Amino acid sequence: MSLDYENDGALHEKVIEEVLSAYPDKFAKRRKKHLSVAKGAEEGATGAEGEDGQVLSECDVKSNIKSIPGVMTVRGCAYAGSKGVVWGPIKDMVHISHGPVGCGQYSWSQRRNYYVGTTGIDTFVTMQVTSDFQERDIVFGGDKKLTKVIDELEQMFPLSHGITIQSECPIGLIGDDIEAVAKKKTKEIDKTIVPVRCEGFRGVSQSLGHHIANDTIRDWVLDKKDNAFEAGPYDVNVIGDYNIGGDAWASRILLEEIGLRVVGNWSGDATLGEIERSPKAKLNLIHCYRSMNYICRHMEEKYGIAWMEYNFFGPSQIAVSLRKIAKHFGPEIEAKAEAVIEKYKPLVDAVIAKYRPRLEGKSVMLYVGGLRPRHVITAYEDLGMEIAGTGYEFAHSDDYQRTGHYVRKGTLIYDDVTGYELEKFIERIRPDLVGSGIKEKYPVQKMGIPFRQMHSWDYSGPYHGYDGFAIFARDMDLAINNPVWGLFDPPWKKDEAPLLQAAE
Amino acid sequence: MSSLRQIAFYGKGGIGKSTTSQNTLAALVEMGQKILIVGCDPKADSTRLILNTKMQDTVLSLAAEAGSVEDLELEDVMKIGYKGIKCTEAGGPEPGVGCAGRGVITAINFLEENGAYDDVDYVSYDVLGDVVCGGFAMPIRENKAQEIYIVMSGEMMALYAANNISRGILKYASSGGVRLGGLICNERQTDREIDLSEALAKRLNTKLIHFVPRDNIVQHAELRRQTVIQYAPDSAQAKEYRALAEKIHANCGKGTIPTPISMDELEQMLLDFGIMKTEEQQLAELAAKEAAKAAAVG
Repeated sequence: MSLDYENDGALHEKVIEEVLSAYPDKFAKRRKKHLSVAKGAEEGATGAEGEDGQVLSECDVKSNIKSIPGVMTVRGCAYAGSKGVVWGPIKDMVHISHGPVGCGQYSWSQRRNYYVGTTGIDTFVTMQVTSDFQERDIVFGGDKKLTKVIDELEQMFPLSHGITIQSECPIGLIGDDIEAVAKKKTKEIDKTIVPVRCEGFRGVSQSLGHHIANDTIRDWVLDKKDNAFEAGPYDVNVIGDYNIGGDAWASRILLEEIGLRVVGNWSGDATLGEIERSPKAKLNLIHCYRSMNYICRHMEEKYGIAWMEYNFFGPSQIAVSLRKIAKHFGPEIEAKAEAVIEKYKPLVDAVIAKYRPRLEGKSVMLYVGGLRPRHVITAYEDLGMEIAGTGYEFAHSDDYQRTGHYVRKGTLIYDDVTGYELEKFIERIRPDLVGSGIKEKYPVQKMGIPFRQMHSWDYSGPYHGYDGFAIFARDMDLAINNPVWGLFDPPWKKDEAPLLQAAE
Repeated sequence: MSSLRQIAFYGKGGIGKSTTSQNTLAALVEMGQKILIVGCDPKADSTRLILNTKMQDTVLSLAAEAGSVEDLELEDVMKIGYKGIKCTEAGGPEPGVGCAGRGVITAINFLEENGAYDDVDYVSYDVLGDVVCGGFAMPIRENKAQEIYIVMSGEMMALYAANNISRGILKYASSGGVRLGGLICNERQTDREIDLSEALAKRLNTKLIHFVPRDNIVQHAELRRQTVIQYAPDSAQAKEYRALAEKIHANCGKGTIPTPISMDELEQMLLDFGIMKTEEQQLAELAAKEAAKAAAVG
């Protein structure tokens, strides 16, 4: 690790207290459990499963609990977790948003999941298909319409390799039998059709949608067809890289350079074939643990495929991860990994030489989704920046355990943070940069604080791998050192006019 | 419009709601009332005896054909039956698919918006067996039926159902002003049926508005797709329905807020009436039987 620092835990404790004091007692009591300040790690703490290295802190908070009506939460729903995250990026299948038009309309185009292919011919990621439920479909059931939609899709897109049915809320309410439709049509058109029961009202956040989507891969895709794929000794699946802005490509380069063959990438730029052949791989590399650990555990249990988490944000973590992955394959690959790390050293040195002096000592607060609230931390530290606070939208307790491997003592931790809380935290801590989503971006910038979207990479990227690090460093510099912040004349920096003293 | 009375018939499935309501409404029309029937059962059999045929063009089936209810005209879905009674049926999906409850909501809204309620004295809703979801509670919500008549009998499950429906009414009584008009007992010839019905009515803070005796003539009329009023206007049974109609007509504004009782209380009531036996009683009877058997063998 490149930095050693500690956050002002006492200040952060005080800030939490201040924020909670605005709530009614009952609510404060509930929210208190989701907010904390990272404590120092205990001597000899072993840390989380799947994480190597030293435990830096302990940051347990209560998580994966239903958000309270009336607060502003940025969480999504089960449909968002399945359609928007896990299934949507699989490029050679058509994904039907099954139900009224809104859910499909607002998830149109996916989340910058880059892919190669001819959209509308053999790839369909950014297209939107909905069964557009009308009152009639609610009253009389939508199975007939679904059948028709599948027939039409087959006619329009004969080169598609399959279809998924992403259920919106009403499907679960009216009890449509989408599984029966899927089975029947699978036989008729001889293509994989996957019914996904990801109705939005299920679960507390998008997290359940990930799980449901994982389960449908297990139940409707794996082992369903003969697979002639010839496995090799160095085959790996990359699981949970959604190729935002090309991330998966930047990662793949490194894995191939150390002598591995990436036979599947789930699910950014993925094909159905990659999913189908995945049980033949030697190792599953998990990028986003939260959204895809379920299927990895299944593959471990059923096919004996080991899985390993890795982190390709910033040179420190890339080196650690490459060595960890290489170790699994033995000395030959390990030697290659060292060579690769060595090869990119000049690039890394150049990036750090250029940007570290401009970013040194700047503080960052993060609030993102699956893995980034912890994974990007070391990339910032590689640039001399410090993480003052971080939090997850929909994490479970195993995510917070893993976070202890990343954050320093005194770091502010916030789970499913409310709009009010986050705003107050930022206001009190006034970091040099906030990394979160589009909903947070403009309020934060209006507070005079630089901001980067860390879901979409603010339309930039990739940020994974060595190539990505160079772009990441440039983008953070662009945000923080943008001259626009010098043009601000914020009220709190105005010369104070002499105060009138009350004449007593 | 101010004199428009909206009533609804609820009750356990198979208890004779549709038969009772149609016979009563046929008697009401004889009294010069202008009536609209809104059938709220996907089976669409709430108007069969009035129309002398099963209604084919339900609101929802026509809407499904046309695309949506917006494409329908009121004339398409309203048929005129016995002595000018206007008949409509919501219709709905076949059993096991879709959402019949949503269908009821859609159909009622359509009828209201398109003026089906204009120029009538009575709107009568005939709702399927149980208030299984919000859709079937539609007629007891705000600005719909003011009085609910629960059709029941001396059978235990019918009493349970009557109590449950009272709960539904109570839920909407404070927000919407719906009231329980009374119980109508459709005789099944069970033990102490009339006493039990009256006792339950008392517990529910309502009255047994009429006790309809069992008469096979109802079946004869039904087989001919007619009400008794039409089939045998001078029969004793026709007189019973006329009496019920007059009582309902005179019951305007006299509905009450029901006081549903707990399951334990209901069961206790049945015990008190000797309908249900306690375990001790059952054991004692069993022992007596065994003893008699032993004596016979000996």
